[in-house]
Amino acid sequence: MWHAYEVLVSPFIEFAFMRRALVGCLALALGSGPIGLFLVMRRMSLVGDAMSHAVLPGAAIGFMCAGLSLPAMSLGGFGAGVLVALLAGLATRFTSIKEDASFAAFYLLSLALGVLLVSTHGNNIDLMHILFGSVLAVDDASLYLVAGVASFSLLALAVIYRPLLLESLDPVFLRAIGVRGGVWHMLFLVLVVLNLVAGFQSLGTLMAVGLMMLPAITARLWAASVGVMLMVSVLLAFGAGLGGLLLSFYFELPSGPSIILLAGMAYLLSLLVAPQGGALPRYIRARHLES
Amino acid sequence: MTVSVHNLTVSYQRHPAVHHVNGSFVTGAATAIVGPNGAGKSTLLKTMIGMLSPDAGHVSLNGFTRGEIAYLPQQAEIDRSLPVSVLDLVATGLWHQSGLFGKVGRDGFVQAAEALESVGLSDFAERPISALSSGQFQRVLFARILAQNAQLILLDEPFNAVDARTTYDLLELIRQWSEEGRTVIAVLHDYEQVRTYFPYTLLLAREVVAWGGTAQVLVEANLRRAVEVAQHWHERAPVCHVNGEDA
Repeated sequence: MWHAYEVLVSPFIEFAFMRRALVGCLALALGSGPIGLFLVMRRMSLVGDAMSHAVLPGAAIGFMCAGLSLPAMSLGGFGAGVLVALLAGLATRFTSIKEDASFAAFYLLSLALGVLLVSTHGNNIDLMHILFGSVLAVDDASLYLVAGVASFSLLALAVIYRPLLLESLDPVFLRAIGVRGGVWHMLFLVLVVLNLVAGFQSLGTLMAVGLMMLPAITARLWAASVGVMLMVSVLLAFGAGLGGLLLSFYFELPSGPSIILLAGMAYLLSLLVAPQGGALPRYIRARHLES
Repeated sequence: MTVSVHNLTVSYQRHPAVHHVNGSFVTGAATAIVGPNGAGKSTLLKTMIGMLSPDAGHVSLNGFTRGEIAYLPQQAEIDRSLPVSVLDLVATGLWHQSGLFGKVGRDGFVQAAEALESVGLSDFAERPISALSSGQFQRVLFARILAQNAQLILLDEPFNAVDARTTYDLLELIRQWSEEGRTVIAVLHDYEQVRTYFPYTLLLAREVVAWGGTAQVLVEANLRRAVEVAQHWHERAPVCHVNGEDA
């Protein structure tokens, strides 16, 4: 027992950077988990991915203006993400293009612009940093950012929970009773962008989506009600964060990919054994009932 | 309180699906809308609820507020894979009490449970909506209309893929609604159902073929004319110059 304690806890006691990283992971899990779950329920799982690419040019512009400054890059990334969400939303609403195609088109435009900016005004190391981040190097400022975003997201989600869920469940009903679903949808996309930007410094734009989507998708395999799913997604995200940090600490692996791979392993395992639609439980049939 | 349409034209790519339709629905009674496929029946309902905007003319829902109208589309676009219980789905009909943010509360759930009981599905309250058959699901959607306490009820082919017993139960519910003075407008295909449960009928074939008492509307001559009008459709139809004055 003592040995396990030593292995699991002592890195966080001994090293301040590990403690920071852990707090960062907790905040990210609290914000991203629920957001990811709503993306899954709205059948928009790939939109998170699209948005993570979309923030790149904004972050690059922030970097060009102020160097490796978190506020500048975050603000830029947030602006670019919201702009892409807005344009994609407008295109969906006013043309015959469907939402997925519309998001694909605008994020690709944005990504190309971002790569262009980074390659003309930065070097590859900067690009790597933006794409993959480093949770072991989070400073106070980025910790405040992550915690602030998580708090705001949870509060905002609590407020828009019902219209958002109702719009996923039955959009025609919502329209028939005269509620404009588009407003809630847009507000939700802003939350998605905010959380991606929050995960930016610690995980990088690409890995931040992993913490958002993998635990949420896994949660659907474990729970039969939205409330329980929300809890499962947060717990899984935090668990992956904790485990990934330890892996990274002991085996000198990069932290971001370790965290996401761990979340991915949980997903793969759940595909097999999870009770709500996992592969194995479908084949193991108990005797049927009388009625 | 009247629901009326004034010179209403609604088109898809310039081809009218509903063409210069005029008339009023009888308040507090059940009206059936019948007509061949492509006659504009669903289009008319969607325009009434504001989901389609007319090319010309307008619908007036005098005296009915938004919260008093219930609409059941032909194919409910409900994502039944979502982990929502039957009772919760019925409770969404209480939105006019709870608003989008307020609590549904104990009274609300009692109301929702009563609505479920009226459609004979009390035992299903806690089950997920994914576990229902299409007939049971249609019962649940009728329960939601009950919870909504709607005064104007628009139903688009509500008995598709529903067995005889369920159809009978739901038709009885419609009869009860008209006895309570609610206005029911339903798109239907079965003339027997219409003759038994709907005192008024609108026979539509892009334009009004006949509108009035069911016995006078559902006669052989009208039905034959409806089929002829509906088949009369040209890829290169000339531009319509009928004057758009309200009748």
